[in-house]
Amino acid sequence: MKLALNNLLVLAGLLALWQLAVSLLHVPPYMLPGPLVVGNAVLHRFDTLAHSLWLTTQAAALGLAASIIVGVAISLVFAQWRGLRRLLFPYTILLQTVPIVAIAPLILMWAGSGVTSVALVAFIICLPPIIANTTQGLISVEENLLHLFLMHNATPSQILLKLRLPNALPNLFVGVRISAGISVIGAITGELFAGSSRVGEGGLGYSILYASGQLETDYLFALVLAASSLGFVFFFIGMFLEWYFLHNWHESNRSEIPE
Amino acid sequence: MVTPEITIEAVAKQFRTGALALKNITLNVDKGEFVSLLGPSGCGKSTLLRIVSGLTAPSSGTVTVNGITPLDARDLISFIFQDATLLPWRTVEENVGLGLELEHVPLPTRQKTVSKMLELVGLTHVAQRYPRQLSGGMKMRVSIARALVSRPKILLLDEPFAALDEMSRDRLNEELLRLYLEQLWTVLFVTHSVAEAVFLSSRIVILAPHPGRIAHIVPIDLSWPRTAETRASKAYEDQVASVSRLLRSVQTSTGGIE
Repeated sequence: MKLALNNLLVLAGLLALWQLAVSLLHVPPYMLPGPLVVGNAVLHRFDTLAHSLWLTTQAAALGLAASIIVGVAISLVFAQWRGLRRLLFPYTILLQTVPIVAIAPLILMWAGSGVTSVALVAFIICLPPIIANTTQGLISVEENLLHLFLMHNATPSQILLKLRLPNALPNLFVGVRISAGISVIGAITGELFAGSSRVGEGGLGYSILYASGQLETDYLFALVLAASSLGFVFFFIGMFLEWYFLHNWHESNRSEIPE
Repeated sequence: MVTPEITIEAVAKQFRTGALALKNITLNVDKGEFVSLLGPSGCGKSTLLRIVSGLTAPSSGTVTVNGITPLDARDLISFIFQDATLLPWRTVEENVGLGLELEHVPLPTRQKTVSKMLELVGLTHVAQRYPRQLSGGMKMRVSIARALVSRPKILLLDEPFAALDEMSRDRLNEELLRLYLEQLWTVLFVTHSVAEAVFLSSRIVILAPHPGRIAHIVPIDLSWPRTAETRASKAYEDQVASVSRLLRSVQTSTGGIE
């Protein structure tokens, strides 16, 4: 509580410093708007801003959810067939190193503009962290636990679902936390190329491009603020889910030991 | 003549590295016997236990459990590991019920059996806790409860109490014996503690290392039931002393402890 208060004080201090610098140095607002001007832009164009935010949220959430589902499915396959894993795992890393900015226009060309292709861009950059982390968790099971299951004549699917999958949950959530942040970046990158059905109206990425072209620097800052907040919210939802599923048993969430 | 519950016939085990872990082990364990495998590290006692459980195959020789192969006899066997090997994401209750769950025992039966077992080992009050909230001794008791819940005929224990402090270890030894006399298992128990082996066993097999082989077989003729008082008796102390002497001779004749 006290920490949160201090955090807010730091924020207020930084904003005041920013405003002071802009006012004292007479920086023109199209170069660098002060926080008051940005706040004004947020209030005046709230509806458009909220609409853009909503479009981006949808695309990012869709991409993230799909990457979790597909990523976990791929990891389960990798965990079950070691040969296949060795064969294909390097390519999931490759997926991560592909410059998404170069690929995004192609994806839009292939899949058409709209929320689907924007979500697809988010999906592509969210997938590798999910696969890498989940696979790691699925395959690093303590040998004795495996023997315990074998002594009970457990079937391969029982070992996968009752041992490997819960064992991988902490790793999966590390992946989710990473991907939650970058899903927003992915969606915005997609929107940079997605165009819009109406001039001046689209997701955050499209609006950033538009505002920048029109030299609406104050609105640009408002958009950046919205995008960052969205990433933040996604990250915290990921954290909350992690806490919700792990706080009972996992060491990373150990709070206190009763007795 | 009654056939032994566990027969180990000329068993050898060579690891992939080429090291010979066990050489020409022949041992029979009768129904209801409590046999301890005692020896310095490197004598292959844990490997032998794993061979009996079917988790490892011998390089040569045969093992039968209840007249059939260890793999076929898994329903009769419960294995207790050195660490408690609990699933951290399951409560005590869910951990104990694991075996039954894997065998598709319906939930109501499972719950009944589990709660009865928790009562037997005195864990009812922690049924809803997670393993991380338990002490080492408690975790081990959960592990034992989990092994007993499937009503095994044969118990294989791999240094189950090695990581515990002496007091918890003594108490768990007493509890184990109480249950043993009730349930009449056949027990194969790996340990490196002479005191523990003497207290628990009807027979102690002392193994020598490099390669692992049987050096001595010592029958322990302390009267049953054995309790905390047994440890204070002269007979017990004599047995501990003589087994210690044999164990020391095994260690010195092979160059001592590494």
